[in-house]
Amino acid sequence: MATTKRTVEVALGTSGIDSQGRPYRAPVTVQENGGVTTLEPPEPIEPDLAGEHMLINIGPQHPATHGVLRLVLELDGETVVRCIPHIGYLHCGFEKIGEYRQYNQVIPWTDREDYLNSIGNNVAFALGAERLFGIEITPRCTVLRVIAMELSRIISHLVWLGTTCIDIGAFSPFLWAFEQRERVYELLESWVGARLTTSATRVGGMAADIPNGWVDKLRDFLRTFPKVVDEIDRVLTTNGIWVGRTVGLGVMTAEEAINYGLSGPMIRASGVAYDVRKDFPYLDYETYDFEVPVGTNGDVYDRFLVRLEELRQSTRILVQAVDRLPDGPINTSDHRVILPPKSKAMSDMESMIHHFKQVMEGPRPPIGEAYVAVESPKGEKGYYMVSDGTAKPVRWRIRPPSFVNLSAIPKMVEGHLLSDVIAINASIDIVMGEIDR
Amino acid sequence: MSAPASFTPVMPGSAAPEAPAPTTPKRVPNRGGTPNPSAAAIAAQFPGAVVRTEVIWGETNVYVDRARVLDIVRWLHDDPSQRYDYLSDVTAVEFRDPEQPMQVVWHLRSLPYRRFLRLKAELPKGEPLEVPSVWSVYKGADWLERECYDMFGIRFAGHADLRRILMWEQYHEGHPLRKDFPLRGRFSRAEQLRQALAANPEARYSMEELTIAQAFEDIPEDMQRRLAKGERTGE
Repeated sequence: MATTKRTVEVALGTSGIDSQGRPYRAPVTVQENGGVTTLEPPEPIEPDLAGEHMLINIGPQHPATHGVLRLVLELDGETVVRCIPHIGYLHCGFEKIGEYRQYNQVIPWTDREDYLNSIGNNVAFALGAERLFGIEITPRCTVLRVIAMELSRIISHLVWLGTTCIDIGAFSPFLWAFEQRERVYELLESWVGARLTTSATRVGGMAADIPNGWVDKLRDFLRTFPKVVDEIDRVLTTNGIWVGRTVGLGVMTAEEAINYGLSGPMIRASGVAYDVRKDFPYLDYETYDFEVPVGTNGDVYDRFLVRLEELRQSTRILVQAVDRLPDGPINTSDHRVILPPKSKAMSDMESMIHHFKQVMEGPRPPIGEAYVAVESPKGEKGYYMVSDGTAKPVRWRIRPPSFVNLSAIPKMVEGHLLSDVIAINASIDIVMGEIDR
Repeated sequence: MSAPASFTPVMPGSAAPEAPAPTTPKRVPNRGGTPNPSAAAIAAQFPGAVVRTEVIWGETNVYVDRARVLDIVRWLHDDPSQRYDYLSDVTAVEFRDPEQPMQVVWHLRSLPYRRFLRLKAELPKGEPLEVPSVWSVYKGADWLERECYDMFGIRFAGHADLRRILMWEQYHEGHPLRKDFPLRGRFSRAEQLRQALAANPEARYSMEELTIAQAFEDIPEDMQRRLAKGERTGE
């Protein structure tokens, strides 16, 4: 007997409402003569979901983890019960390589660890090496380095802003931020010849002075950039979706933030006004007039507000730095680290020998050690160098701010929803090149 | 953007408001200078624990007995006259001279007093590389100590979860930042390639992670056998 199988509302024959008030469907068989045989509806399947946890793996190849970060999450429904981070996929052994290189040869490696802040890392490394050599840099070099560090902070925060917008679901601010970032990269390119891997500093000075007309281009940027920040501010800060996806997530109290060793916008969003530029100043930062923005709740939204305000404060510092930029040499006159001019090296025997020994053997710092910390966009970036009197460091240690900030991610995401893990992870502003080194 | 009045943040410099504003250090001498007052305070509080104190480039090094590191750090953290509430870094230094002992270095900051202190403990030759963990005082020491263990093989006694962090857990070549570890690794390029190809890339979860989800039963049998034998990750 040929039959056709259909599924119809059982409401034809029964109430069609199950014991929990939901309509349900049951298969019926329609015979050729039109008679309908209603089959018994199947037993409703009510699996016991309580207590069953799920394992979710995010990364290492995932666009929202900002690099090769891998998070293994234990979920109860959609709530994260436990988070196990895995890092090390990008480990290259920078610190080991640094022990086999002269001090100036290490500078290209600093480009490649926190690659959004490469020129800032160059400056930080040069400051550390100069402390180890006992070198005082020139006033022009000091101001140029401040300009470099603040431009680098603007780049890094713009990338953070753009990618976090993408993660949370806003697209336009990403384009605005990256457009401005491109302008900064053009400035850097005309200064040091490279956009990302700048290698802009040398021990005792800079690789190059700024070209003619560069200051005017920077002033032009500084005039128009705050308008874009205001625009992003208007679009995001009171945006219902943005606020809903960021407020109350990943909260760290002030005590926790200090105890976990967080730094940069992460600790400041929690209400601790710790900024290396203010508390352990370098490069004469104490003479600049700027404020340290501080949040109150320590959630993702406060980190956004702090970074947005830091963009404005960096612009403020840059305006002051450009105004006070003195004339003069960019390199110190210390002959231990500075090469003689090429014209002299080619005509004067002593200078040629000096040039040869500088290049082949490298400058030798006295025995000692130095830890120099700077306020990188991610937080307290420290370079710890130990010298045994030879031309290569015995130990070159990077204190990576993202590494320490990321170590608090289990504390921040546990108890939140899976979708919030992306927002919280984005708010840490991690760069895996710096974490894995 | 400033904090409302009801909120009392832990402000750097709050414990010594009359102290002069910090400035960029200039013309720092190689040796000597004013030592951090905490160095003398440690020596007074823990008689016999301080091996020596020195000031290099304006930073105070306090060499302490490694057995008493945790007591000293806890006192520095808790004592109201010190308040070293911030752990910047934990790392180690091995010298090229094989006679010189390896050092473990703690960089501590007191945010309320705006002080910076470098604690050091020397690990004598021929003794196990072990120091107390400060994880119970600073949560931030967790990954820093794991990295130090991974790179140098120094064990931090009292750390709850001391395992490799940057290198994978099956890595058996040793500890990369030790001076006896060659720059290009212990094996030839061919052997390194062979080991990389022989790794089991599907054994990506540790037993701990698999027991979370009761997923152990669902994985292939050969993988179960390997994991049961203690193999953890295959990346």
